[in-house]
Amino acid sequence: MNRQGSLRWKTNDHFVMAGRCIRHLTRNLDNLLIVIVLPIMMMLLFSSVFGGAIQIGGDENYVNYIVPGILLICIGYSASTTAVSINMDMSQGIIDRFRSMPIAKSAFITGHVIASVFRNIVSTTVSVLAALVLGFSPKASFVEWLIIILILLLYALAMTYLSTIFGLLAKTPEGAGAFGFVMLFLPYVSSAFVPLETLPKALRLFAEHQPITILIEALRSLFASTSSPFIFEAIIWCSGILIVSAFIAGQIFKRKTV
Amino acid sequence: MQVENNVIQIRGLKKSYKRMEVLKGVDLNIKKGSIFCLLGSNGAGKTTMVKILATLLKADSGEVILSGCDVKKSPEQVRSVISLTGQYAAVDGLLTARENLRMVGRLNHINDVKAKTDHLLRQFNLEYVANRPVSTFSGGMRRRLDIAMSLIGNPEIIFLDEPTTGLDPQSRIEMWKIIREMAAAGVTVFLTTQYIEEAEQLANHIAVLHEGIIITQGSAQELKSKLAGGAVLLGFGDLSSYITAQETLNGYSCKIDDDTLTIEVATDGSVKQMANLLSILNGTNIAFLEQKQASLEDVFLTLVAN
Ligand SMILES: Nc1ncnc2c1ncn2[C@@H]1O[C@H](COP(=O)(O)OP(=O)(O)OP(=O)(O)O)[C@@H](O)[C@H]1O
Ligand SMILES: [Mg+2]
Repeated sequence: MNRQGSLRWKTNDHFVMAGRCIRHLTRNLDNLLIVIVLPIMMMLLFSSVFGGAIQIGGDENYVNYIVPGILLICIGYSASTTAVSINMDMSQGIIDRFRSMPIAKSAFITGHVIASVFRNIVSTTVSVLAALVLGFSPKASFVEWLIIILILLLYALAMTYLSTIFGLLAKTPEGAGAFGFVMLFLPYVSSAFVPLETLPKALRLFAEHQPITILIEALRSLFASTSSPFIFEAIIWCSGILIVSAFIAGQIFKRKTV
Repeated sequence: MQVENNVIQIRGLKKSYKRMEVLKGVDLNIKKGSIFCLLGSNGAGKTTMVKILATLLKADSGEVILSGCDVKKSPEQVRSVISLTGQYAAVDGLLTARENLRMVGRLNHINDVKAKTDHLLRQFNLEYVANRPVSTFSGGMRRRLDIAMSLIGNPEIIFLDEPTTGLDPQSRIEMWKIIREMAAAGVTVFLTTQYIEEAEQLANHIAVLHEGIIITQGSAQELKSKLAGGAVLLGFGDLSSYITAQETLNGYSCKIDDDTLTIEVATDGSVKQMANLLSILNGTNIAFLEQKQASLEDVFLTLVAN
């Protein structure tokens, strides 16, 4: 038997909590829709409905142009559902049970985070496959793919911890769900679907400076196998948001549960 | 007071929410393996007290020792000897009953999770719904699962906050049986209830929480005898004895019944008064004598009313 407080003891707790949240994914139809249907719908919508109407200049393939944006939307939205799950757990009796048991403190949140990463891996894989079917033609090398995966992973983690904060602070699950809309719409005000030059001045100013644009540009150049200063910046942005929001989420959780 | 026998020791426990004082200095000792029942009306502070004992809430002052561990100083140790079944079922609605039990078993780091899960499903009559999502369960099934989940970690002390509120009479009796079995297995049961009957049925030790303090405690029997205003019912064998007795008892507060030839005499329940009563009635033909005790409900209402 493991000793209480030992590394094995704590690892076990994290795994059990993650297993719980991953099971929830398979039980909840909404979740499945978000994970599998949303990426496919987005790809279809943007490539076929808007594809003809939006001019991006040059003879660039529009599917190639929109893939980074759709990946970020799907990751952001899927990560945002963590806010709702955490909020629901906090408002129901189950959290009191966990708190009265000798469980590693952080396991509750990490359980949700691991499940979110798992959800995002599935969702991103579906997105990429759908994109490939629709004509996506990435030229990235093996190393560039690894960097792409790193950026997406960091982004998923950062957004999950950010939504954890919302989930802990929101009064109701509905309130926590509002974070999803932010994550769904933020990428529209960036270079995700239309070149920045086409945006009105005020929006453009915002779009030029928000991290999503940097991430989009970074991913675009990685998929196209061209170099770009945005790649490094994107990694810094994601890591920064991740560290800060994970710290804040941890503090809020501690304050709420001690 | 044998301290080593008291698995729960509470001294001067105080807790306020903002301006409102909920616990104003609670002292309690609870013996190992007993069923303790905290009785109190809505809002008396029962849940607050359970939450403090179960390490979920910090007291403002006072000391709580559970199985030798201080709740404030070593909550982790406390958590490994207790388990909590809160007022609102702490089950995971998306998981099945079996998954719920296995999850809690694994979080309790017990060795034989599978065997223990099967055993508890059987014991709590949940085998037939073991693989159904808990969100489809009735209130009674949820409660049973909730308690099974509390037992899987082999706790020394189990807290049950209003375990039978909202259950039908049959489920309530079933729950009582489960609680008695837990105590028989050596688990100390700390339960709260608003039902006097429940306290009377189950508890070895009852305490009444009212306006922030324990206003009285003891066994059901002790509590009843604490209440002045019990009565003795005297039945007489013939009419003349009945009439003589009425004259003798002039000055006592009596309720007479000519049809049955009985007199109910109010007493303070003390042995002395009873002996006195019998000595003055010496010589009358008393056919039967029945001590009428105050019900626990009377005790409760009298105490709370004062
Ligand atoms: N978090 C809180 N903040 C402020 N007041 C609270 C809080 N929790 C409980 N109270 C108040 O403290 C008092 C005691 O509440 P508690 O829940 O402990 O009572 P209870 O005896 O369990 O009641 P019930 O039988 O209804 O469950 C109530 O008046 C309640 O309104
Ligand atoms: Mg209560």
